[in-house]
Amino acid sequence: MKKCFLGIDIGSISTKGAIIDADDNIICSAYLWTEGNPLEAVKKLLNTLKKDFDETLYKVVAVGTTGSARRLIGTILNATIIKNEITAHAIGTTSFYPDVKTILEIGGQDSKIILIEDGIVVDYAMNTLCAAGTGSFLSSQAKRLNVKVEDFGSIALQSKNPTKIAARCTVFAESDLVHKAQMGYKKEDIIAGLCQSVALNYLNNVGKGKKIQAPIIFQGGVSKNIGVKKAFENLLKSEVIVPENGHLMGAIGVAILARCENKERDFDFNITNVQFETKGVECHKCPNNCEIICIRKDKQLIDAWGNRCEAGSIKV
Amino acid sequence: MNKPIISFPHLGNYSIPISFFLRHVSNLKVQTAPKITKKTIELGSKYSPDFVCLPFKYNLGNFIEALEEGATIIAQAGGGCRYGSYGEVQEEILKDLGYNFTFLSLMENGRINILTIYKSLKKINSKLSFLKYIYYLCLTMLMINSMDKLENYIRLNIGFEEKKDSFSNLEKKMLKDFSHAKGFINLTIKYYKYKKLFKKIPIKKSEDCLKIGIIGELYTSMEQFSSYFIEKSLAKYNIEVKRFTDLTYLLIKKRFKKKKMLRKMQKYVTYDLGADGLDNVYRADYLIKNKYDGIIHIKPFGCTPEVGAIPIIDKVCKDNKMPIIYFSFDVQTSDEGIKTRLEALVDMLKRRREIK
Repeated sequence: MKKCFLGIDIGSISTKGAIIDADDNIICSAYLWTEGNPLEAVKKLLNTLKKDFDETLYKVVAVGTTGSARRLIGTILNATIIKNEITAHAIGTTSFYPDVKTILEIGGQDSKIILIEDGIVVDYAMNTLCAAGTGSFLSSQAKRLNVKVEDFGSIALQSKNPTKIAARCTVFAESDLVHKAQMGYKKEDIIAGLCQSVALNYLNNVGKGKKIQAPIIFQGGVSKNIGVKKAFENLLKSEVIVPENGHLMGAIGVAILARCENKERDFDFNITNVQFETKGVECHKCPNNCEIICIRKDKQLIDAWGNRCEAGSIKV
Repeated sequence: MNKPIISFPHLGNYSIPISFFLRHVSNLKVQTAPKITKKTIELGSKYSPDFVCLPFKYNLGNFIEALEEGATIIAQAGGGCRYGSYGEVQEEILKDLGYNFTFLSLMENGRINILTIYKSLKKINSKLSFLKYIYYLCLTMLMINSMDKLENYIRLNIGFEEKKDSFSNLEKKMLKDFSHAKGFINLTIKYYKYKKLFKKIPIKKSEDCLKIGIIGELYTSMEQFSSYFIEKSLAKYNIEVKRFTDLTYLLIKKRFKKKKMLRKMQKYVTYDLGADGLDNVYRADYLIKNKYDGIIHIKPFGCTPEVGAIPIIDKVCKDNKMPIIYFSFDVQTSDEGIKTRLEALVDMLKRRREIK
């Protein structure tokens, strides 16, 4: 039986999973919406993965998690490694594109830029104070315009005269957009303008002061929007590659990290039948009132975190 | 009439020397404001202008909590940037909230020096002789300096302690012991005693450990609560941390270094940048020359002197391929995002080391 490694990337909007073998080939992968419930999403994800997975041939020996729910899911799946998404994405992308220099990433809630030299990360930045121009902003605007966010890109390409929309901040962009819509601008022009403003906002905020060199990879959910990709190409005057597996890079990266860890732990797809419960408890031992997050597996406490000092620590 | 109670805002562990000083130069009861917690900053930001910087909010929270505990006089000092005018605004806000107290600014016309502090203290203790004042000022400075030297040692080594919390437990003991200092000789003996004790703490530190320098605005550098205990988080990754800003630096060393810093950094800076802006450009260069692995720049959101310094620091680092990340702290920043970025930084620095 061959060894293989599972990587899961649980983002705010979507959950991604990939199983790789010892040579980093993808055996199977899955992608679905988180829908605000990472636990359910991971259960569904594991079910989907299991269907494509030949348990007589392969055995999952290590699990890695990344994304904003990495700690929770990592605890539940007894992961060997829990890694931040910046490292995971860099590792995943460089395994496919060893000579990549710039990774642009726009996801559901965050956006980041990673600069790479000779296969190692030399600089990175992540959006800090605002979520302007991320996936969730695009989907909320799609709802406002009554189009599917998946169709955004193709609609944007039809536009010959993209409307100018403020790129500084989501709130301004939105009021600009409403204003332009009420003025009777064509829908495709507004959508094309929106795509441009997403790209411009990204370069002005996250990408500020960074030297963006080709080859450039654009990934994350928003990379599937061809309008934004085109906007980036125009602004950077360079080709922008959107990899077919762009949405999986984080999951693949953390699977590779799990492989490199050289630790093996039991893993069972049938976690789906186990009851997990998360409960926030306020520690009232000082006015900090830290919210301590307790994870219970079948009513038994398996992990707790969130305390700032020893007074609130819970021994498992 | 009850004896007046004097209180002052927190700044890291410096409440120990400050309360020591006030205890000896005033004949009042000195009361340290309650320890900073989430409640402090909630109170502070509730009554602060929204766009004012973080130290204002923490100070105001300290004042409110101190007044609630019965303080009748509150002292404020500081300068360098608009911080110098915060006291007056805070006084107005607190008076509007209905608190009855005397506000004691240790400054005069926006300046702070040995004389202005003496003049202010005379207002609350008319019997204070200049000699006594100077004596305790010097003794307090020695205490601050001793603390800073030992805390510097802690930062360099706490990431490698063999037994968890051995450094912070001894630090607590040290602070308590220092607060009962009886004079110069007594304090010096205490200093050497603790220096020895700190050196005895077993550590597992290799010569080529990762080294990170923290630069940036002074309040967030010194008040660990406001930077989400960034030094402690770094220590968990077995990293040696270098920090430049402490009170010894700000009160004494800084004034002698300005010309040297301007001269050394003349390629990048022509004029002083205000507050610690120039210092931070110089420090970035220092960290590069001394082969540190990375730099973390911290500031409260909207800190004007640092906003001016950042592009220059960025250029210094780019020219020398030095990794640097920036953090802006405000009330609502969750520490999850900070953890993610710190972890990514440490991963990046480790990988760079492996390649080298």
